[in-house]
Amino acid sequence: MQLALTEDQTLLARTAHEFVSSGSPIARLRALRDARDERGYALDRYARMAELGWTAIPFTEQDGGLGMGLAELVLVTEAMGRGLAPEPLIPAIALAGRAVALGGTAQHKASWLPPAIRGEKVLALAHAGRRGRFDLTRVPVRATEAGDGFRLTGEAAQVWGGHLADAYVVAARTAGADGDRAGITLFLVPAAARGVTSVRQHRIDSLNVAQLTFADVEVAPGDVLGRPGDGLDLLGRVIDEATVALTGEMLGGMAESLDRTLAYLRDRRQFGVAIGSFQALKHRAARLYIELELSRSAVMAAARALDAQAPDAAPLVSLAKARLSDAYCLIANEAIQMHGGIGMTDEHDIGFFLKRARVCEMTFGDAAYHRDRFAALSGY
Amino acid sequence: MTDIERFRAELAEFLERELAGQLGELPPAGIADYWGGRKPELPHPQSRRYCELMAERGLTAPTWPKEYGGGGLDKEQAKVLLAELRRLRLPLPLIGFGLSMIGPTLLQFGTEDQRREHLPGIVRGEIRWAQGYSEPNAGSDLASLAASARIAGDDIVINGQKIWTSYADKADWMFGIFRTDTGGKKQEGITFLLLDMAQPGVEVRPIRLISGASPFCETFFSDARARTRDIIHGVGNGWTVAKALLGHERTMIGDVFGTGSRARNQAAGNPAVELAHDYLGVRDGRIADPVLRDRVAQLTMDERCFALTTQRAADSVKAGHKPGPESSIFKIYGTELNQRRHELMLALRGPQCLGWEGAGFDERELTQTRDWLRSRGNTIEGGTSEIQLNIIAKHVLALPD
Repeated sequence: MQLALTEDQTLLARTAHEFVSSGSPIARLRALRDARDERGYALDRYARMAELGWTAIPFTEQDGGLGMGLAELVLVTEAMGRGLAPEPLIPAIALAGRAVALGGTAQHKASWLPPAIRGEKVLALAHAGRRGRFDLTRVPVRATEAGDGFRLTGEAAQVWGGHLADAYVVAARTAGADGDRAGITLFLVPAAARGVTSVRQHRIDSLNVAQLTFADVEVAPGDVLGRPGDGLDLLGRVIDEATVALTGEMLGGMAESLDRTLAYLRDRRQFGVAIGSFQALKHRAARLYIELELSRSAVMAAARALDAQAPDAAPLVSLAKARLSDAYCLIANEAIQMHGGIGMTDEHDIGFFLKRARVCEMTFGDAAYHRDRFAALSGY
Repeated sequence: MTDIERFRAELAEFLERELAGQLGELPPAGIADYWGGRKPELPHPQSRRYCELMAERGLTAPTWPKEYGGGGLDKEQAKVLLAELRRLRLPLPLIGFGLSMIGPTLLQFGTEDQRREHLPGIVRGEIRWAQGYSEPNAGSDLASLAASARIAGDDIVINGQKIWTSYADKADWMFGIFRTDTGGKKQEGITFLLLDMAQPGVEVRPIRLISGASPFCETFFSDARARTRDIIHGVGNGWTVAKALLGHERTMIGDVFGTGSRARNQAAGNPAVELAHDYLGVRDGRIADPVLRDRVAQLTMDERCFALTTQRAADSVKAGHKPGPESSIFKIYGTELNQRRHELMLALRGPQCLGWEGAGFDERELTQTRDWLRSRGNTIEGGTSEIQLNIIAKHVLALPD
């Protein structure tokens, strides 16, 4: 495993950064929030991301993709994290899109992947409810056999990118109970299916999630992704991939929060000097820099390990998510403190990073969850 | 066969046949290090001969130029050497401040005569070196040092005191910085020089630490003598040399903790897990105490992440980027990680970590506790963590003075 960027990767990172940082990204998010914009992101920007090839990165060439991997995707999500870009690249592509690519039939793929890669259709994954925190065996939707197919009932919470999605990958329990590894099945359900309702949820980060209700939604046997009852492995795999993509975003958010804080420490004057000359603040800033550097190594290693399907990929994913969860929250908290009074105001942009940090922390498992998982995977 | 394969084959032939043939029993990996010197301590009866035979081929200083006794190897060959030693479970033939600190500094700043005089003795392990930097009133503020060097013809007369001189009681020569001029800026007027410690004007007293060990000494100079030909990089230019040497020292400390944690991660076992199983037991396949289990996981993950970061730095250099002041993070994080590791080991042992000596405590418990006490010094020696944070704030983050 080489923990250095190739020339192509360096170029991709630069292009992504230039695109995301153009046009005042935080002001854009603020405007979408204040207008209570129904979509919550910009269609034209998402289309532009697709043109740049970002939506094609993790798919094979056979599936219409670029045949690249997470090592490249994290460079793009890092740029998006710096600008808190609300476009649904992670939920639609890294999460639900990959579930279709890995578990879908030729027909599923032909129907959904090309429009998803063109950025015209959006997919979302519904796998968690209001209870159970991060336990993947506690899926909130129950599937009972009905004729040839199944009937789905239940409510999924905070489905990322789910408010205007065209189809959902739904993790439902077809047998067994909470805690059982067997008995979970993934279904591909069009948003227009009878009995599906979606309600936009509003979170601290102003990004787009929805509560989905399934009221006796009838699905056909042909709507199953992978094998019935065997969906947990597929679910776990795409969540691991999306987790790494998310740590890329988190890395970008951390780096931006720290950069903005450093700029403030250089500019802000008290007692006749720049406050960045005070050792109490210098040392704290230097500690944050150390956290950022260690975090970058963790993200790069997890991405490369998953791309190579290395035997220690899963513990490296947990290592990355645990560290990035702790470090992003730390840096965002410290950023507010070092900005002083202005940092507490809604008028200043730094608070957006604190809110996003907390959401990222709680997405796909917090630090404690991933330390527990790392220990379990390591046999203790 | 490629060049590197041929090199590996010839090296293996030398290590496995010639060396083993001449020495019979070779020192095994994992025993105490061999530091050389005029009165060397032998961790193994063959340590000295092993060092000498390796030195004949320059393999104690593999990447130094051949004309100074080094091996003249490139980086790839040096890696092969380390890999072969690991494979044959052989220790490094020689370690010390000659190889890690003053040698690289002489290669960078020494004159041809100085290199020819001092480097071969380092390679052969004949001279053990001590570092004369800190003084009672010049610790973190090193440039305010006061020990004086007065030039008198071809001689230099030295007076004053150094402190925290590692293993000075076992060393033969010292490299150090002394004040040759008291006017002007404090960084000016400092001269870097070498001196033989076997003389009446040099007195060494070991300092007993909280761990009970005495790795550091006080060194007193009263009209001690050095030679002007042993001034490195000219009178008054010592601060430049001293800073460059500190860079070599930080790299060494970072390497020790970095490669140490990398090796630990690659080993099958995790000592913290083994201790936890032994002292706490297992419940449902997990370490029985959930809080300590979480701490074991946290530390193990942080060690892995640190090892990944040292690897990333090395990969970045291989990819053609220059190493920058970012390397200061390795000194801080590596030493703090080592302290946390020791703290966790104590926590896992519970009250059995409290023994100082004698009955009721086994050898590993006692060693562990002494090592923990010693580790408290890691964030102080070689530049305190606070000084490293200052370096990062100034040179990496561009925060104002």
